[in-house]
Amino acid sequence: MAEELYVGGFIAAAALATFATRVIPFLFLHRHTDHPLIKHLGRYLPAAVMALLAGIFLQRSADWSLSAPGADALIPGMLVVGVHLWRGNALLSIAVGTASYMVTQQTGWLAS
Amino acid sequence: MNRTVFPLTLPVLFGYLPLGTAFGVLFSTQLEYAWWIAPLMGIVIYAGAGQILAVSLLAAHAGLLEVFVAMFVLNARHLFYGLSLLGRFRGARWRKPYLIFGLTDETYSLLTSRARSEDREHEQEIDFRITAFNQCYWVIGCTIGALLGKNVAFDSTGIEFALVSLFIVLTIDQLKALGEGFPIWIGAGAAAIAVWLIPPSHQLIGAIAIVSSVLLAQYARTRETGIERGSEHG
Repeated sequence: MAEELYVGGFIAAAALATFATRVIPFLFLHRHTDHPLIKHLGRYLPAAVMALLAGIFLQRSADWSLSAPGADALIPGMLVVGVHLWRGNALLSIAVGTASYMVTQQTGWLAS
Repeated sequence: MNRTVFPLTLPVLFGYLPLGTAFGVLFSTQLEYAWWIAPLMGIVIYAGAGQILAVSLLAAHAGLLEVFVAMFVLNARHLFYGLSLLGRFRGARWRKPYLIFGLTDETYSLLTSRARSEDREHEQEIDFRITAFNQCYWVIGCTIGALLGKNVAFDSTGIEFALVSLFIVLTIDQLKALGEGFPIWIGAGAAAIAVWLIPPSHQLIGAIAIVSSVLLAQYARTRETGIERGSEHG
């Protein structure tokens, strides 16, 4: 029961937060579209947040006790960067990264 | 009317089915919950990267405040989409709440890039149907993925890296659109500091606080020295 309650609360919190980002401009910001602070955050916040999330979750995916610390996640991560700069196809880049990480995790390749 | 709307949404169909499926597979291989929770999330949350992040937050049993803050900042870019659509949705009455709810990256780019006639009511009805079609693709993808993950036996160890890959891809896309690298360094630096100094359960909020403070401080400084950059910069 507690678990169902948690999932319900989780979905409500996530839905509320997501909807808030979409509705706030229509409720509060319509008189401030040209405010320089909004422009500043609008330009730089999304990129900084994406890099932050990539950094934190990349670190968590990696095994830092390997003889090449973190290589099991850093190599797939670099593959994503390479493939994405090369082809610019988001789904292809994600597929290559995920598949190569699954290989490093399931074969124990790099583990020593 | 649907015959004119459907072709418009085809690119989104090809994007949302596989990404929704990826979310669904991730959901049902990483978590022990009933499969239908995945499409339910597609219906009430409806955010690609947000839902994929949610799988990892659910697995970690994150606190609800952390969930709210993390989802809010991850989707914060939507704050700036709405600003450019204020006029277009004016007078949309009962359609308006759903038009706003369904304002994902892909729907935004469709709505802002298509040709429009003078007939406001008609155009808002088309906007409404585009939004609804797109969400249907997303929910169908979530469903297929959740059922696949539940019923097809395969070793899914490591599949959670889809999240990291997605964030790397989004970072590169942001960098390309922006033409400036420093926000990436602020984000990466904040992540490094958080991982180094803060226990895992609070790293996300900590890093978000660091990024926000740095951007605010930078804003205050550029205002002070009067070297505000023009909006056409980059």
